[in-house]
Amino acid sequence: MELPSLRGSVCVTGVGTAGFGVAGDLNSLDLAALAARRALDDAGLRPQDVDGLFTACAYHFLPALSLSDYLGIRLRVADGTMIGGSSFVGYILSAMLALATRQCDVALIAYGSNQRSGKKPALTESSPYESPHKPRNPITPFALAASRHMHEFGTKREQLAAVAVSARSWAALNPDAFMREPLTVADVLASKMVSDPLTVRDCCLVTDGAGALVLTRGDERERAGRHAPVHVLGAGLDLAHRHIAGMEDLTRTGAQRSGRRAYDMARVGPGDIDVVELYDAFTISTLLFLEDLGFCSKGESGPFVADGHIAAGGRLPVNTNGGGLSCCHPGMYGIFTLIEAVTQLRGSAGDRQVPGAELALCHGNGGALLSQATVVLGTSSTL
Amino acid sequence: MKEAPVQHGPHSLFQQRIAQTGRLHLQRCDGCAMFFFPPRVLCPHCGSLEHAWVPASGNGTVYATTTVRSSDASVPDWNVAIVELDEGPRMMSGVRERQPGDTAIGDRVRAEVVNGGDGTAVVRFVQGGA
Repeated sequence: MELPSLRGSVCVTGVGTAGFGVAGDLNSLDLAALAARRALDDAGLRPQDVDGLFTACAYHFLPALSLSDYLGIRLRVADGTMIGGSSFVGYILSAMLALATRQCDVALIAYGSNQRSGKKPALTESSPYESPHKPRNPITPFALAASRHMHEFGTKREQLAAVAVSARSWAALNPDAFMREPLTVADVLASKMVSDPLTVRDCCLVTDGAGALVLTRGDERERAGRHAPVHVLGAGLDLAHRHIAGMEDLTRTGAQRSGRRAYDMARVGPGDIDVVELYDAFTISTLLFLEDLGFCSKGESGPFVADGHIAAGGRLPVNTNGGGLSCCHPGMYGIFTLIEAVTQLRGSAGDRQVPGAELALCHGNGGALLSQATVVLGTSSTL
Repeated sequence: MKEAPVQHGPHSLFQQRIAQTGRLHLQRCDGCAMFFFPPRVLCPHCGSLEHAWVPASGNGTVYATTTVRSSDASVPDWNVAIVELDEGPRMMSGVRERQPGDTAIGDRVRAEVVNGGDGTAVVRFVQGGA
């Protein structure tokens, strides 16, 4: 069995979210379980139907066991691979394999975090070759990448700001987004500098929140849901390094490779995509991924974004929920690229709906541009 | 019980060398002759277990740079850079500046070994590499 033969073999039949913004006293497991229950309701299934779980969390040492125990389910397969915020987009690949090989019949991808309210330290280690220099993580590594992009391609501070402004224009259309008030380039430039050239408005939000997806094979379970299934057409990963100084070229990310793998499997290219959901931890992230996933030539994303092309009403709908910059960012954002893409492909995105969306690209980034995961989703018409 | 001889790991060997000599040291692979950093037990280019510790030239070029803004009024802003060493490897470090923001991509810089404050030796850079 080769991966391309699995094109369209599994579908997303349920999505759910919980605790967007400020979740009060609910902890990360409470939130993940609520999102999971909502996703299962959406799919017409019960928690006890789940036999494959794909989850990671910065607060749990054994995340798949913590969540399966909480949900009261017994698993045949689990994946708790932790490659940062891209993990959840990457789980599409492992869930697809587990479903195709009948290791499980119902796969649940779930994530929850009370990062904003809980203020708990993440389970992470510091590097003796980085920490003495006091980078403000995770911002400084992205600031270093931005410095390089500006140096090589003449990318301007205002063009980075235009990414945040574009995301906010979509958030204004999304009642669930955390920050919806108007934002201008001047506002971004005037906000507090954190690590040059990035100001606080170039940085993602710090919110609570949870998301979950249910995947099944194209069988009777697919028909149990409330909505038409959304099919997984392609998926690709690229894991490159652990620390930003080990990155071969700070202006070229592993998204070039993960994207090519996902496009090849899906048998589509960037010109075919109707909706783009990118993990925008920082404004520079969006610029890098627009280029590396083929929506712009290398070095041309700054002018492209400054011309308004990715804002609401622009010709390339990007981060239609407002993204990590304006919608939500509970520690890791990757799963929300998938949920928003499914919402768009179902045609249920309300005021922010992209008319006639049939093909969506989701891209997850892990850590300081360390790992990349790309997924192409499509409606039944794209099979 | 037989006492095993202490085997120093690459991190402590690096620490010892830079602290004792005041110079940046790198591992150079005996198999493919590539330099590598951070310290490891094997070459990340070819997998060889054989390498030599050699003093580095200490010269490098700023590859990427940022000023981290201090949130404490009594602490000045500081530089964080990625320096590409003349031997090839890149490292995260900081460049000593007269004024925050003095450092630019392409600047030639030179390594110095400073006290990290907790008994560890730390490699930092100053302007003016050869």
